[in-house]
Amino acid sequence: MIAHLIFVILLITSFGLFGYNVWKVRYNILLGQDTNRTDNRSERWKTMFLVAFGQKKMFTRPIPALLHLAIYAAFVITQIELIEIIADGISGSHRFFHHSLGAFYTFMISFIEILSVAAFIATVAFLWRRNMLKLPRLSMQELKGWPMKDANLILIMEIILICFIFMMNGADEVAQQLKSNNGYGFTISQFVGPMLFGKINSLETLHIIEQIGWWGHVIMVFTFMNYLPYSKHFHIFLAFPNTYYSNLEKKGKFSNMESVTNEVKLMLDPNADPYAAPDPNAAPTRFGAKDVTDLTWKNLLDAYTCTECGRCTSSCPANLTGKKLSPRKIMMDTRDRLTEVGENCRKHGKDYSDGKSLLGDYITEEEIWACTSCNACVQECPVNIDPLSIIVDLRRFLVMEESKIPTELTGMLTNIENNGAPWQFSPSDRLNWANEE
Amino acid sequence: MSLKVPTMAEMMAQGETPDVLFWVGCSGSFDDRAKKITKAVVKILNHCQVKFAVLGTEESCTGDPAKRAGNEFTFQMQAMMNIQVLNGYEVKRIVTACPHCFNTLKNEYPELGGNYEVIHHTQLIQDLINTGKLKLEGNQTFKGKKITFHDPCYLGRANDVYEAPRALIEKLDAELVEMKRCKTNGLCCGAGGAQMFKEAEKGNKEVNIERTEDALAVYPSIIATGCPFCNTMMTDGIKNFDKEQEIKVLDVAELIANAAEL
Repeated sequence: MIAHLIFVILLITSFGLFGYNVWKVRYNILLGQDTNRTDNRSERWKTMFLVAFGQKKMFTRPIPALLHLAIYAAFVITQIELIEIIADGISGSHRFFHHSLGAFYTFMISFIEILSVAAFIATVAFLWRRNMLKLPRLSMQELKGWPMKDANLILIMEIILICFIFMMNGADEVAQQLKSNNGYGFTISQFVGPMLFGKINSLETLHIIEQIGWWGHVIMVFTFMNYLPYSKHFHIFLAFPNTYYSNLEKKGKFSNMESVTNEVKLMLDPNADPYAAPDPNAAPTRFGAKDVTDLTWKNLLDAYTCTECGRCTSSCPANLTGKKLSPRKIMMDTRDRLTEVGENCRKHGKDYSDGKSLLGDYITEEEIWACTSCNACVQECPVNIDPLSIIVDLRRFLVMEESKIPTELTGMLTNIENNGAPWQFSPSDRLNWANEE
Repeated sequence: MSLKVPTMAEMMAQGETPDVLFWVGCSGSFDDRAKKITKAVVKILNHCQVKFAVLGTEESCTGDPAKRAGNEFTFQMQAMMNIQVLNGYEVKRIVTACPHCFNTLKNEYPELGGNYEVIHHTQLIQDLINTGKLKLEGNQTFKGKKITFHDPCYLGRANDVYEAPRALIEKLDAELVEMKRCKTNGLCCGAGGAQMFKEAEKGNKEVNIERTEDALAVYPSIIATGCPFCNTMMTDGIKNFDKEQEIKVLDVAELIANAAEL
């Protein structure tokens, strides 16, 4: 009875806490500027199905894709067992669905067990790749410290989760064999159980071991769930909305700045009154982005979705040639800054300023100017994150609000404005090529 | 053979409307290397008797480098002025040999009031071949040569055009070899995002050198591309390795014009 009570309290607390943390993330994301991503629903569902659910883009690198698939499949399918665990916890039953489902139950649990073994192998392989092989994209500068710990912690938690499952099923299997000479017949634990606990003849001891497995798993699930919103691993949920809200336009199309269009139209309109007072109700606008709140909510959702795999950075021409730019760092900086801004907003109100900003305190001008806008990072991202649009918005702020621009580019812009070409040629010479030999 | 390059103004004066506007672009108009690409395109258009026109001195920068450099004002000023000219001539269809102009005209002008069907020159040439207007049968110019195609970012990833230039190379009876990084994984030449007009940020290598190494690894006799900026970057890269005698950097339009003996 006390056990039920503890379970129910744990259940409510961890779901409550999780809900609160998810609300905070949602609040932070909605600090971003509006952008319309609700058109073309069928195309959006299709993208989500292929890219997030089907992991289409992962398979350009087959080895990590297969390892990742194992963990993903195990995670998704284990949720079925979790339903039973919750049902058992609340009702005090033992294997709630066992009797009603019969042979299908054994098949289901066996299926979960096989996937769990695959996930176990994959998790160990990931730890090895990260810590022993030290793959370049998994051991770069921006991962030093917390991001590296975060990554390892998740993998270790996954291993513990799997171990508890086999502890629970294994001990239960042995106990069942003792009772009836005929165990459950779960594919993996009918062998792993006797291997680990075969020498134990006491049903009571086996029951305690099974209970440790059960409680251990439950507590790990609750811990893991509440760790997620603080971790890069939150991508397991956000990958779905993030791909749904993907940019469906051609990658080469940069956003149009309507605030600029209005000004340009005014400049080109011979009937416009240059002294007309601006609309007093118009919200003050900033050209481009200086801080996270100038970015769109999709940029911010991107930042929370990023799981720091580094495929973007490993394909970035600037990064490959030793420049400071790393698209992954752009996403990590955006998330870190957003977490900070969100906290400030909730504590001190939305108008509070801590004197810091994404551009300057997190991302330097040198990084921004190293980008060739080649879209390799956007192409590579397995969950359709777009670091390029953040880079472009930061450039817009630097150029249009601060007039901070590499000198050579000032020359290029002046040439365009004066003679309609980025170089110093006279517009009247534009057709000379047609008569040259 | 002298080139026939009618301007929009001349056509209009004669009461004629061209089927397609050839947008030459700043590079194609002023850069000595790129002018050769422009002429190759015109030779093909003339040979196939395509009714086309250029804007000539009425053409101006699309604003692409300004937009990539973060100056939306300069971009939109350019765009609005160009759109006025294009709409004034009631232009419906545009072909260009520059993927940056291609991307801007095709994707970024519609929201500012400029709606045109925009195609890359490789797409137009492919169409000319498919409809039998341009014949390359029996040409030996590139027989047995190894050609690799460098994907311009603004043609490939930015606009998903990967096949048209390759289909043209395959018509040449040459061997098309792919670099390790190609198509969606193609590596940038280093010129995009207004980098063409500035010094690279501090690093340990130039992007075009990294890309040239990709090309050298497949031992081509020709590096083909479809962008005047990529052309410049790859040509510089080849010079850096002292390979300009063995390896030529050519636009797909030049390959086709050569093969058709124009």
